[in-house]
Parts: sequence; C-alpha cells; structure tokens
Amino acid sequence: MFEHLDAIVLARIQFAFTVSFHFIFPSFSIGLASYLAVLEGLWLKTGQQRYLDLFKYWLKIFAIAFAMGVVSGIVMSYQFGTNWSDFSDRAGPVIGPLMAYEVLTAFFLEAGFLGVMLFGMNKVGKRLHFAATCMVALGTLISATWILSVNSWMHTPTGFEMGANGQFLPGPSWWAIVFNPSFPYRLMHTVTASYLTVAFVVGGVGAWHLLRDRGNVHARTMFSMAMWMAALVAPVQIALGDAHGLNTLEHQPQKVMAMEGHFESHPDGAPLILFGIPNSAEKRVDYAVEIPNLSSLILKHDLHAPLAGLDTIPDDEEPPVGIVFWSFRVMVGIGFAMLGLGAWSLLARFRRKLYDWRLLHRAALVMAPSGFVAVIAGWITTEVGRQPYVIYNLLRTADAASPLDAPAVAASLLAFVVVYFFVFGAGVWYILHLMAKPPHAGETGVKRGDTGPIRTAGITPGPTQNPGDSDVLPRRKEDAE
Amino acid sequence: MDLAVDLTTIWAFIIAFAVFAYVVMDGFDLGIGILFPTFAVGPERDRAMNSIAPVWDGNETWLVLGGGGLFAAFPLAYAVVLPATYPLIIAMLLGLVFRGVAFEYRWRDPGHRRFWDAAFTGGSLVAAMAQGMTLGALLQGIEVVDRAYAGSWFDWLTPYTLLTGLGTVAGYALLGATWLVWKLDGESQHHARWLGKRAAWATLVLMGGVSLYNVFLNADYAERWLTAPEIWFAAPVPILTGLVALALLRALSVERHSKPFWLSIGLFFLGMAGLGVTMWPYVVPPDLTIWDAAAPHRSQAFMLVGVAITMPLIIAYTAWAYWVFRGKVADEGYH
Ligand code: HDD
Ligand code: HEM
Ligand code: HEM
Repeated sequence: MFEHLDAIVLARIQFAFTVSFHFIFPSFSIGLASYLAVLEGLWLKTGQQRYLDLFKYWLKIFAIAFAMGVVSGIVMSYQFGTNWSDFSDRAGPVIGPLMAYEVLTAFFLEAGFLGVMLFGMNKVGKRLHFAATCMVALGTLISATWILSVNSWMHTPTGFEMGANGQFLPGPSWWAIVFNPSFPYRLMHTVTASYLTVAFVVGGVGAWHLLRDRGNVHARTMFSMAMWMAALVAPVQIALGDAHGLNTLEHQPQKVMAMEGHFESHPDGAPLILFGIPNSAEKRVDYAVEIPNLSSLILKHDLHAPLAGLDTIPDDEEPPVGIVFWSFRVMVGIGFAMLGLGAWSLLARFRRKLYDWRLLHRAALVMAPSGFVAVIAGWITTEVGRQPYVIYNLLRTADAASPLDAPAVAASLLAFVVVYFFVFGAGVWYILHLMAKPPHAGETGVKRGDTGPIRTAGITPGPTQNPGDSDVLPRRKEDAE
Repeated sequence: MDLAVDLTTIWAFIIAFAVFAYVVMDGFDLGIGILFPTFAVGPERDRAMNSIAPVWDGNETWLVLGGGGLFAAFPLAYAVVLPATYPLIIAMLLGLVFRGVAFEYRWRDPGHRRFWDAAFTGGSLVAAMAQGMTLGALLQGIEVVDRAYAGSWFDWLTPYTLLTGLGTVAGYALLGATWLVWKLDGESQHHARWLGKRAAWATLVLMGGVSLYNVFLNADYAERWLTAPEIWFAAPVPILTGLVALALLRALSVERHSKPFWLSIGLFFLGMAGLGVTMWPYVVPPDLTIWDAAAPHRSQAFMLVGVAITMPLIIAYTAWAYWVFRGKVADEGYH
C-alpha cells in the first residue's frame, strides 16, 4: 500500500514537471507565431523593411522555442500511457479521439508548413511564404483548442456514458463532450495568456535595447507594439479570468474555496482574503489580511450573499489549500501588474515619452518573464485545485495510475529532470543570447551554414567561425528580392 | 461482420499506415543521425543535416499519430503496451529530445557543435534501438491480466528484443544512407553509397535472423508461416523480399539517385507486411486481439470522419513541402 502510494506521488510529480515544462514553450510559440504572422503581414502591406527585419529577428527565436515545444510535447503524448495507464484505458474512448483530431488538424499543419516558414522564403516567394506562416500560427491555435477541450472535459465532464467495464464511453453527441462547460472559458483565458506572455517578452526585449540605444528604430517598433498589446489585452484577460472563476464556482466549488482560502462557510457574506497563511491542519488562515464581504461581491455580485466553505466538503475530497491559495495570488498579482504597466505605457504615449521614459523601460524589462510565471501559476491553481480527482468527481488520481513500481518511476523522473534542465536550459540560453543582440537593418533569417536548401540564392556567406555568431553573418542585403 | 468490426479493422490498418509512414520517414532522419559520425566535419555534415532540417518535424508527427491513434482507437492496447515497455519508451522519448533540439542548437552554438552533433547521433541511436526493442517486446508477447500489464520489470529485455533493436538500427541506417545517395552528389554521395551497401547487408542479415527466430521459437508464428492455407498469403512476402533485396544491392552499385531509397522503402513495406501476417488479428499478442482492445464504435466512427477529411490534405501539403525542397542539397553550387 505504502509503496503504491509512493509510485503515484512520483508519477504526479513527473507529470506536473513534464507538462509544466512543455507548456512554457507552447505558451510562447502560440503567441509568437501570431506575432510573426502580423509582422510579415505588415511588411507585405507597407513594404517597410523594419517589419521584415523584426520578422527575421524573432523567427530565429521561434525556431528554437518551437523545437523545444515539439520534443517536450511528444513526451506528453506518451505520458498518459506510461504513467496513467488506468486512466488511459478508461478515458481513452472519450478523450483519445479529441487528441487524435489535434494531431490531424494541428500538429501536421504546424509541422508541414514549419519547414517552409523557416527556410523557404527564397524558394516559394513572399505570398506563399506568408501563407505558410499563417498556417503555422493557425496550427498552434487549433492545437490549443483541442488539448484544452480535453483538459476541460477532465474538469467538467459531460456528454459521456459509463460502460460496464468501467470505461467512459462517448454519448450520442460529440459536441457535448468537446464543448463542455469550462472549455470556452479555459480556451479564451489560455490563448489570451499566451498573447500576453509574448507581449511582455517582446516588450522586455524592446525595452532592453531602448535602454542601450534610444534611437534604435527596431527596438522602438517592438516596444510600441508590445505596449499596445499590454494596454489592450491585460484588462481583457482580467475580465476573462473573472468569468472563468465564476464558471469554476458553478462547477468546481471546492476549487474556488481553496483559491479563496475559505475554510469556513460565510452565511452572511464572505471576506476577500488578500494575504495570509493557510493552515490546513487547523483549518484556518493565519495572519489573514481581509476585506469584509468583498469575496461575495466578486463571486455573487452581492455583498451579503452566503458562500459555502471547505467545512461543507468531506476531508478526503479537499484539494491542498496552501498551494492553490498561493498560486492563485501569484497569477492575479501578475495580472494586475500587467494592467498597471499597460496603463503606464498609455500615459507615456500621451506624454510622448514612450521611448524616453527609462523607468518604464526598466519596469518592462523586469516584467519580461512575468507571463510565464502567471501561466504556470494559473495551471497549478487549476490542476491542484481539482485534486484528488483526475476526472472531476468521477475518477480519483490515485486510481488512474499505471501498475508501476516506485523505483521505475523515480528513475524516469530523475532522468527527465536532468535532461530537461540541461537541454532546455541550453535552449533558453541560446534564446537569451539571440535576444541580447540588437535587431538591426538587414537581419538574416534562420541561416544554415553555407550550403543547403536554405542557402539564399546568389550570396554565400562563409561558414561562421565565431561561437554564437552564426546568425549575425556579415550583413548582406539578402532580402533585396 | 457487423459495422463495428469493420471499423476496428479499418482502424488497425490506419494505425499500421501511420506506423509505416513514421518508420520510413523518421527512419531516414534517425538513420542520418546514426551515420552522422562517419561524415566529415564541415560541409558534409551540414549538408546531411540540411537535407532533413525542413522535414524532420513533419516526419516525427507520424509518431504522434501512431501513439495518439492507438490511444484513441485501441485504448486498452495503449494502456498495456506502454507500462510493459516503460524503460524503452522513456529512453526513446529522451533520445528524441536530444535529436530534435540538435537541429537548432548545432547552428546556434558553433563552439559546442561537436557536442550537439554527438547528441544528435546518440539520441537517434537510442530512439531507433528503443523502437526496435519495443517491437520485439510486443512480438514476443505481453502478459495481460484484468485489463492491465501483469508481467515483470525486465520482460522486454531478451536476446530476441536485442536482435529486433539492432535490426531497426540497421534498417534506419539503410534508409538514411539511401536518402543521402539521392540528396547529395560528388564525394559525399559516394560515401553514402558505400554506407548504404553495408547497411543493406546488415539489414538483410538481421531481418532474416528475426524471421527465423520467429518461426523456430514460437509455435504459433511457425504455424502461420509454414502451414496451408496461411502459407499462400505468407509465401510471397519472403520471395518478394529476396527480389527487392537483389535489386537494392544492384542499384547501390550502379544507380546514382533515388532508386535505392525507393527500394529500401519497398523492403520496409515487405517487413511490415510480414509483421501483419505474424500478428493479425492480435494487437498485443498473445492475449488481446484488435477487437478486445477496440474503442467503442462511436469513438472510431467520429475519428474516421476526421481521418477521411484531413488525411488527403495532410498528404498533399506534406508532399508540397518535400517538393519545395526537392533536388540535390548542393544543387546551387558550392563556392
Ligand atoms: C498571462 C497569464 C495569466 C494572467 C495574467 C492571469 N491568468 Fe488566470 N490562468 C492562466 C493565465 C493567466 C492560465 C495559465 O491560462 C490558466 C490555467 C488554466 C486555465 O484555464 O487558464 C489560468 C487559470 C485561472 C483560473 C482557474 C480556473 C479553473 O481552473 O477552473 C482562474 C479563476 C483565473 N485564471 C482567474 C484569473 C484572474 C482573476 C486574473 C487576473 C487578475 C488572471 N487569472 C490572470
Ligand atoms: C499545459 C499546461 C498544464 C500544466 C502546467 C499542468 C500542470 C499540472 C500539475 C501541476 C498537475 C499536478 C497536480 C497534482 O498532482 O497535485 C497536473 C495534473 C494533471 N494534469 Fe495538468 N497541466 C497542464 C495541462 C494539462 C492538460 C492539457 C491535460 C490533459 C490533456 C492535463 C492532464 C493532467 C492529468 C491527467 C493530471 C493528473 C495527474 C495528477 O493529477 O497529478 N494537464 N497538471
Ligand atoms: C498533457 C497535455 C499535452 C499533450 C499530450 C501535448 C502534446 C503535444 C505534442 C505531441 C506536441 C508535438 C507536436 C509536433 O510534433 O509538432 C505538442 C506541441 C504543442 N503543444 Fe502540446 N500537449 C499538451 C499540452 C498542451 C497545451 C495545454 C497546449 C496549449 C494550450 C499545447 C499546445 C501545443 C502547441 C502550440 C504545440 C506546438 C509546438 C510549440 O508550439 O511549441 N499543448 N504538444
């Protein structure tokens, strides 16, 4: 028994680790693919060189992030079977087809057009190339749609029937499965999250180069585009998050109780606990700083609406409160910080200081990685908050695992941790290295030595000798096509 | 036969097609990885890598379709095979991680290019070996009790699985070498052809070894291959294999371009057909047939609609992507 439990805890850690790593890359590449499509579109429309330069600048970064997303994603698609085989057997008939659709409609699309997007500019011409970029961007969005439908179904399962052998079987309507109640909220909130994530990364990189050279036209363009996104999309994201939370209150009330730290029920209006230390053993929040009745106002739009607390939930159905409480506050805190930076940028525009306000640039630089933190914090809230269930109220995590021994899972977990930190650490380092270089006129795209299908017609830069310099090969006007 | 049975059979063929597409397409990528250390540092390596850089991701996606399709159409098989071959699958995934990032990293970091080249080879080798051994583990039989894997920890590690693993490595090397015969010219092409011949022999010997092993060590399999009426379906496979093998060896001695590659694919196709004869209708021998493991009719029907609509499109744009990057890699001249 004890041994069994251990294997499950290890499997959970392994799943959480690999999926969190995976999601860092898609949350970047979903947004970045769309941004690249916008840049290329602007270039085609206006003919302005700076857009093409920026396109090529970010394309190199995209290539690395995408490769990391793909290899970590392949791991995910096999994790269900290796570590959650019981879950796979039982839920396969319902969620398997959705994931198969993801492969058919999204992964092939991305992968099929990626080669042309990265290397094909001089082979297929501008318009077809732009089409390929759009296909890759579309593929990332379709991918998010299917996988979030799957994930949402596990949170709010609908449209299924129970089979005699314990399997979840599809009911008569697939729409009832795909469009389960939390799916639209989760999809919008997550896709918006990845747009925001990219906006802050682009803004941060722009700010970094503005701090070094205020006159850099490319940095200005980047920074301005990113700040528009921040100013417009951060409020939208907060509204979406609020709607998502209300939906969760309806379908997964104990998750919201944990997020809010409501151990007790409040028959006459619940307070909003800003900070505090959840104490699960004593079932209370220590050192709570709270605003009376505000939680009822947010969740029920009524100051005195009663709200049930975790005291109404059997102990063995409570999620771990501490983690959920904190991860939720991290996400929301970042959400408001993003809103703040967006508003500040509007003020700066209004005062015509957008490119000169150094403090603003420093703040944007600090905020550059904030999207990733918020995204992971949000997922931790979501996934830990649904414990102890994998399929909400129907299948416990403990019953979903593979018949594996703890040492086997421990060994694979260790291998993943070592390999991921090493390999993805190196990738992130290369990305930072690319970002540290100022964008300039006549950017080169993804270059591959001096031969090969991707060699640009006519000009042949020599092979690079300098480490890390392969992308700043001697500047050439290769895009004079 | 009612409709549900037919759908299950169709799905068995779809999965087999995905696996075949994967084995052939990622097979040549992995094969190039396996052979990479034998290429001269510099332009030869760069060109070998560039010949697959635009297509490897699409090639690998067939693996996701094979795995995802199995999960969706035969969830029980997915739930049994992956725990049974756990260490192999983890090794394969980690191998694919190294091989996949090496495509980007080696260009980003010339200072450590040697290291990432080694990771490219190591990752490819591990992935190929693990895939071959997984196949062997499946063929030698997986114990199932109560809808779950019931064997022990190292069931997957036997002389037989080592043999299938090596066979796969050799086969991928053959695909990789013949792909390069097609895509390269001059000295490099010469080298690829030389590699191709050796890989072809290794593949044939190992394929033969695995087949004999099947027939002599497993009474069930022997019955399928050596008694009537099955033998009438089975016999053409080895005969055709012999003919294709001869043509391949000949083509490698004279032909310069695509023919060896296509013949290698033919060899793989026949191997796959042989596998079909051996396994049908089991998806996890000796206990689970495709019908035991099948998802309900509704799941299979829903997905079939998707496959019918998207597969022609996928094949079309994949073909287009290959077309865009057609021709010799050094086509545009090497200054
Ligand atoms: C840039 C990223 C980002 C930002 C700024 C926010 N969120 Fe978020 N949030 C996510 C990124 C995210 C996410 C990663 O996309 C999650 C995880 C699962 C999901 O559906 O979206 C998420 C989940 C999530 C959930 C859990 C829903 C559930 O599991 O049932 C709630 C209630 C909120 N968010 C609410 C908010 C509020 C009120 C925010 C603003 C103040 C906010 N989020 C900002
Ligand atoms: C990509 C963003 C995601 C992140 C960062 C994430 C994170 C996590 C975390 C932290 C856990 C562990 C919860 C715990 O054990 O206490 C978990 C569990 C789980 N998640 Fe997610 N998740 C993500 C998306 C998904 C998706 C899209 C699916 C389904 C398709 C999914 C399926 C699961 C399953 C099956 C578990 C069960 C294992 C468990 O509860 O430990 N997750 N996830
Ligand atoms: C546990 C759940 C998940 C599984 C099994 C999974 C599986 C995969 C696989 C197999 C790939 C590689 C595809 C290829 O070969 O091109 C991939 C990449 C990708 N995944 Fe995931 N994924 C999961 C979670 C997510 C989530 C939650 C999202 C988005 C909201 C997402 C979005 C993407 C995107 C956009 C890509 C393309 C590569 C990239 O952009 O980095 N995935 N995923």
